[in-house]
Amino acid sequence: MPEPLIVASQLVKRFGDFTAVDGIDVEVQRGEAFGFLGPNGAGKSSTMRMIGCVSPVTAGTLRLFGLDAATHGAQIRRRLGVVPQLDTLDTEITVQENLWLYGRYFDLPRAEAKRRAAELLEFAQLTDRADSIVDNLSGGMKRRLSIARSLINEPELLLLDEPTTGLDPQARHVLWDRLYRLKQQGVTLVLTTHYMDEAEQLCDRLVVMDQGRIVAEGSPRSLIEQYSTREVLELRFAAGTNEAAAPQLGGIGERQELLPDRVLVYAADGEAALAEAHARGLQPESALVRRSSLEDVFLLLTGRTLAD
Amino acid sequence: MAHFATPGPLRVMSGHVVAFRRMWKMNVMSSFLQPLMYLLGLGVGVGALVDRNTGSTDTLGGASYVAFVAPGLLVTTAMALAAGESMWPVMGGLKWQRGYHGIAATPLTAGDIVVGHGVWMAVRCGIASAAVSVALALFPDTRSWGLLPAIAISMLVGLAFAMPIMAFSITAELDGAFPAIQRFVIIPLFLFGGAFYPLSQLPVGVQWAAKATPLWHGVEVARWCTTGNVRWAATAGHLAYVALWALVGTVVAVRNMRRKLYS
Ligand SMILES: Nc1ncnc2c1ncn2[C@@H]1O[C@H](COP(=O)(O)OP(=O)(O)OP(=O)(O)O)[C@@H](O)[C@H]1O
Ligand SMILES: [Mg+2]
Repeated sequence: MPEPLIVASQLVKRFGDFTAVDGIDVEVQRGEAFGFLGPNGAGKSSTMRMIGCVSPVTAGTLRLFGLDAATHGAQIRRRLGVVPQLDTLDTEITVQENLWLYGRYFDLPRAEAKRRAAELLEFAQLTDRADSIVDNLSGGMKRRLSIARSLINEPELLLLDEPTTGLDPQARHVLWDRLYRLKQQGVTLVLTTHYMDEAEQLCDRLVVMDQGRIVAEGSPRSLIEQYSTREVLELRFAAGTNEAAAPQLGGIGERQELLPDRVLVYAADGEAALAEAHARGLQPESALVRRSSLEDVFLLLTGRTLAD
Repeated sequence: MAHFATPGPLRVMSGHVVAFRRMWKMNVMSSFLQPLMYLLGLGVGVGALVDRNTGSTDTLGGASYVAFVAPGLLVTTAMALAAGESMWPVMGGLKWQRGYHGIAATPLTAGDIVVGHGVWMAVRCGIASAAVSVALALFPDTRSWGLLPAIAISMLVGLAFAMPIMAFSITAELDGAFPAIQRFVIIPLFLFGGAFYPLSQLPVGVQWAAKATPLWHGVEVARWCTTGNVRWAATAGHLAYVALWALVGTVVAVRNMRRKLYS
């Protein structure tokens, strides 16, 4: 079997005394869609920047395409598409110019760069804004341009750091569709996101990071099965009383979680749990039974939980 | 189709060219009009006074005052342009629009970005100096074939300012230092760097300070070119000194840029 496209072992990133990434092991196969989840400051972007070969590894090893990131940065970057968390567009020139100019940075011949730029304008649904100065675009349009620009060199591996932050729902769904198509063409995707539906939708496999470490790994489905119950009961109590109500739910379902605006009860049978709560005399303002989602796993792994 | 790789710095430069295409007319016009104003105001007004004053043309090396000032205008134009373009735009590339970070994610390197900036500064200084030369060629006193080598010297002096200032701008945390550089380095050099009168008019201490910077060396050689008495050996020394500033600035800027972009 060939070496995975990305092999990171005991990867560490330190900024001075601060350890942002604390010894993670990651392997991503060619053609896979892989996600990094985690709360703010977990170390996702720091990891993405190391994979993008713009941030040297402090300790551990990182190989992409069978090449060492420490010594072959430029060769590796040639084969990557990168959408950083913060846009790095040239804001003083037009949308179209941004695209073909970026192609020139990859040394595409001028004509080829312009041909691809025209295609990517379509891809990003920015054709009618082709001649607008980037400064005058809306935030979401800039984001779409960043994503389009990252494809100018027809990358084998696409790194997307919170690609859909700031996009409207329509644009997000369009992007998901485009990413899915790229994946079918064999492009490997590595992304970070704070949208759990996005991770469920796009990722074959993901890791949850917290404080620089990987705390869980698996497919969205397997993570839900492993870390959550089949159903979740969401209870909302009158404003300010969630905290008082939560302890009274003790013992119902497998586990309870107090969030600022509601209490979650994890149970195989949500309706039964609700009946039990009513039986104890609790009077939530609203109650909802739903299937477990990735968000529940995320909250369990990275949040604080009430139960034992 | 065979495809020969375009050198990295030239690829970086194409980005500057694209942005400049939108504003070159304004730029070239001001490079032309500003020295024209100086020539008329200073050269003709002050010059009439100076040239009437017996003995002063000896101090000026036998040239009329306008002829003396002309290469000063040429070289200081390049200095001011290169300095300004190596401050805010460099900080913008790193901190504001962050375009350098975009380039850093491609196969291009910190060295390509810095050298690309340098090549672009040389081109910009060349364009501006050419515009100044056109203005100078309008007057019989300042018209000379020596303007052509003087343009090249101007470009070199531009680099001698652009690269060290770029090295500084890369590490600067706030843009507050930039107006200070303008006020306390560029403008004093404009006034005391030998562009408008011979350094010999100044106290010895100030003379040495002025001679330590690249401006005076460039002005001196440019003046030999335009007034037609080139001292070849000294020329080589002066230009080597100016080039040293550009070279050391480039090396430090590349190091700083690498640390900043790939951290
Ligand atoms: N250049 C830097 N210098 C110092 N500290 C840094 C630097 N970059 C990141 N950090 C720190 O490293 C930690 C991880 O940051 P990182 O950007 O990787 O988090 P993240 O998981 O991407 O968070 P977010 O979801 O908010 O984007 C943070 O505490 C951050 O302050
Ligand atoms: Mg981040």
